[in-house]
Amino acid sequence: MANVDQLGAAVAANTVIGPRGPKPRKRFSRNNIFLYGTLIVVGMYYLLPLYVMIITSLKGMPEIRLGNVFGPPLEVTFEPWVKAWAEACTGLDCTGLSKGFWNSVQILIPSVVLSIAVASVNGYALSLWKFKGSEVFFTILIIGAFIPYQTMLYPIVIMLREIGLMGDLWGLVLVHTVFGMPILTLLFRNYFASVPEELFKAARVDGARFWQIYFQIMLPMSLPIFVVAIILQVTGIWNDFLFGVIYTKPETYPMTVQLNNIVNSVQGVKEYNVNMAATLLTGLVPLVIYFASGKLFVRGIAAGAVKG
Amino acid sequence: MKLSTKLMAATAIVSASAASAVELEVTHWWTSGGEAAAVAKFAEAWNATGNTWVDGAIAGSGGTARPIIISRILGGDPMAATQLNHGRQAEELIEAGLMLDLTDVAEAGNWREIVNPPSLLDSCTLDGRIYCVPVNIHSAQWLWLSHDAYEAAGLDVPTDWNEFVASAPALEAAGTIPLAMGQQGWQQNLAFGAITIAVAGLDDWREVTVNKNADVARGESYAAVFQAAADARELARNSNVQDWNQATNLVITGQAGAQLMGDWAQGEFSVAGAVEGQDYSCLPGLGLNEILDTGGDAFYFPVNDDPEITAAQKELAALLISPEVQVSFNLAKGSLPVRGDIDMSTANGCMQKGLGILADGGILPSGDQSLSADTQTQIEDLMAQFWSSDMPADEAQAKYADIIASAD
Amino acid sequence: MSVVDDPATASVASGAKRPSRLFKNLSAKIASIPMILTALCVFVGGTTWTVVYSFTNSRMLPRENFVGLDQYERLWGTDRWIISIKNLAVYGVCSMILTLLIGFTLAACLDRKIRFESAFRTIFLYPFALSFVVTGLAWQWILNPDFGIQNVVRSWGWESFAFDPLNNPDIVMFGLLIAGIWQGSGLIMCIMLAGLRGIDDDIWKAAKVDGIGTIKTYIVVIIPMMRPVFITSLVLIASGIIKLYDLVVAQTGGGPGLSSEVPAKYVIEYMFRAQNLGQGFAASTMMLCSVVVILIPWAYLEFGGKKRG
Repeated sequence: MANVDQLGAAVAANTVIGPRGPKPRKRFSRNNIFLYGTLIVVGMYYLLPLYVMIITSLKGMPEIRLGNVFGPPLEVTFEPWVKAWAEACTGLDCTGLSKGFWNSVQILIPSVVLSIAVASVNGYALSLWKFKGSEVFFTILIIGAFIPYQTMLYPIVIMLREIGLMGDLWGLVLVHTVFGMPILTLLFRNYFASVPEELFKAARVDGARFWQIYFQIMLPMSLPIFVVAIILQVTGIWNDFLFGVIYTKPETYPMTVQLNNIVNSVQGVKEYNVNMAATLLTGLVPLVIYFASGKLFVRGIAAGAVKG
Repeated sequence: MKLSTKLMAATAIVSASAASAVELEVTHWWTSGGEAAAVAKFAEAWNATGNTWVDGAIAGSGGTARPIIISRILGGDPMAATQLNHGRQAEELIEAGLMLDLTDVAEAGNWREIVNPPSLLDSCTLDGRIYCVPVNIHSAQWLWLSHDAYEAAGLDVPTDWNEFVASAPALEAAGTIPLAMGQQGWQQNLAFGAITIAVAGLDDWREVTVNKNADVARGESYAAVFQAAADARELARNSNVQDWNQATNLVITGQAGAQLMGDWAQGEFSVAGAVEGQDYSCLPGLGLNEILDTGGDAFYFPVNDDPEITAAQKELAALLISPEVQVSFNLAKGSLPVRGDIDMSTANGCMQKGLGILADGGILPSGDQSLSADTQTQIEDLMAQFWSSDMPADEAQAKYADIIASAD
Repeated sequence: MSVVDDPATASVASGAKRPSRLFKNLSAKIASIPMILTALCVFVGGTTWTVVYSFTNSRMLPRENFVGLDQYERLWGTDRWIISIKNLAVYGVCSMILTLLIGFTLAACLDRKIRFESAFRTIFLYPFALSFVVTGLAWQWILNPDFGIQNVVRSWGWESFAFDPLNNPDIVMFGLLIAGIWQGSGLIMCIMLAGLRGIDDDIWKAAKVDGIGTIKTYIVVIIPMMRPVFITSLVLIASGIIKLYDLVVAQTGGGPGLSSEVPAKYVIEYMFRAQNLGQGFAASTMMLCSVVVILIPWAYLEFGGKKRG
């Protein structure tokens, strides 16, 4: 148990990013030049792919064949974006990435809602309503987060088959709920454990029961942690490839799988501009969430990283 | 048994009533330009019957698509019909009772008589029952040559593999890649197979692949095969594409001299508007051994609870092998039809060569029919390793013989 | 073992036990059913099932035909598996060292109270929001020999420049590494930065009084103090490495040849493509073992650390 708790504590502690730091240096020193130099050079490495993807997606194929991958487009065209979204083909099906996008949305919404609902109740029960054996199940859950998915892929095929959800969107929703459970439960358990005890005691004295306390007291005061959990799940589920490729069928493929299909099913010449537009489109949802949510995102992923 | 009798009863009831429009989802891995054009012929023909073809194309080679197809069938969410190569791939699925028995359709359509060569139907047969429809014959042993590349180098287009190897240094000097090769295991295995038949000859090939005789695989004729493959590896050194059709594209555009690829490369040449004998040449059996294997694609129909769908599945099975559909599909795909009684006179030179070989009986079973998916994967892995490293020929031969020795 | 139990919880729980053991906490038990099912059926059940069936000769369908260690013998006699392990080892070691190094260096730079800190942090972290598929495809394009970096450098006049990792079997793992580090190092930087922010200002003052230089302070004083942060980072990196799959599929497909194959891909291909379930199960069991090998020393270190502290 100790390791688990400590990991949770470490994650929680690590996510607090405050303004503390060594003293300011205002002088324009040699050290500072070195410092900023390093940061700018490394920053370029990080920005390069995004830049290259964007400019490539705005060029026409003749211009791409000229070669300069870093040069800005001489003539900006949005054709590749249109094609990637609505016309790119996998086999006969030339409906572009749009289908995958909507599939991903249909997978995403129930998965996020269900996984967070289940995990928040778990965390609540584990921190405030412990019962005999609850810690054992929790430990198994956390250890489960480290088990390579590969060892569970096939048994899940069998389970989904038995309940008749194989290939169905709901089957994938269930898989995401199951594999999102360890980390989300940990997240909520640690959060609810930090709730002031007086609050909980007072509610108990007033005779409030399990669900009453959950809905009337705990839910309203835990909005921030829900936002963290949502960010974590939205990016995680949107970016999933492994489960999507195994537990769905072509018409229910999520966007990542369809992206890989479109880019890897070449018809004659590779259309790099369309490929890059498609890649950007797929990355757009998590990127928007990232840039919009700022520090909350950091907390979300720091928690999610435990998932590996 | 119980299941199949139930099914027979169910279909009997349904086939009596008039078939209404049914949507059938068909999965396949035909996603290159030529292939997609061919599969469209199936879809058109099926839609013309008033039903609907729901296309379930899965990108990537069969290696990517097969697991998806199989896991869906096993997962209890079967498609209505699916492409699978003939042979041993579907054996276990049939044994588990997951595939629709097509014997009645086959008898009604007299498949026994019309399918040529009969071995195609044999691979669809298990315990006397027929479970799949062969739709085409694929042969892998073709050498495709670019006239542009040879013109640029000032050479005559070779007429067999040996001439090609001899011409390679001149091609290279002219800045052309002698041999285009996609860096994927199945392509490298295909090239190896083609070289084997050309270099080792039929008897030894049969002894190794069909009878799994590891001693022959360790012998001198196979040593020569591996040496030839090692030489070919040098010729393909500068070919850095991954997909087979990208490699074909190198030949079409004259950036590479030749490619070892199956007859489906024909479709890419057609789509690019290249003319046989003028822009490119094809040499079946590498011009040495005029022989082709008869692997191919077949469609299987997973068992379905819905009697209406079952009836439609049988209707589709009969349609796929009907003469008109066979002609239009195979012309687009560049493969050979599974029935000898249809008019293929509109086919181009390459297909005519193939038809000629077929008519002369120069055929042999394909690896798919003789080796399990497991063994095939092991051989593909070995080939992927061999072609992209400097593994000596004798070492590769020893490993190959070990795989053959343990093959089942 | 509940060392960090909330005192309130403990008292409430024990107080609540008195009247009737089974029913007192019934709602909590009912609410925990999904968790219990997941823990027992999927995690314990699924994993055990896979391990058990790895001793069978199951092909396309699981069968209870036990063959002892045959699958494992074949696994360790297969070149592709050995290559996969070696590839992962190269990737893993380099990825751990470089990610820690880059993560810590960047965090230390950002911690120097610089301007535009949040802008830099945003830049370093954004790749982490992207999926491995997107990452792999982006770098596949940049490393494309005919259009990407190699071509650009050559067009600057350095004609003999060669940098084509995705088509060169000897360095293809480094092509993956460039992309993997790009995607993952931002997270480690964030964790390191949080660790650095947790260090008392007095330490710096003391170091200054003692006349220890900045870099030396980091190495001698700060890094040892951040041991738990480093361990957490290492576990995160390591558990991610073992699962490496999407990136390889998207960026190289395992090629050229077998030169960028990884164990996770071996498992999936033998389970589904080669239709040799037993072999796939054996390989996934080996992956499980490697996780255990990583987790046990970590748990030991953490547990030991706690006892001392």
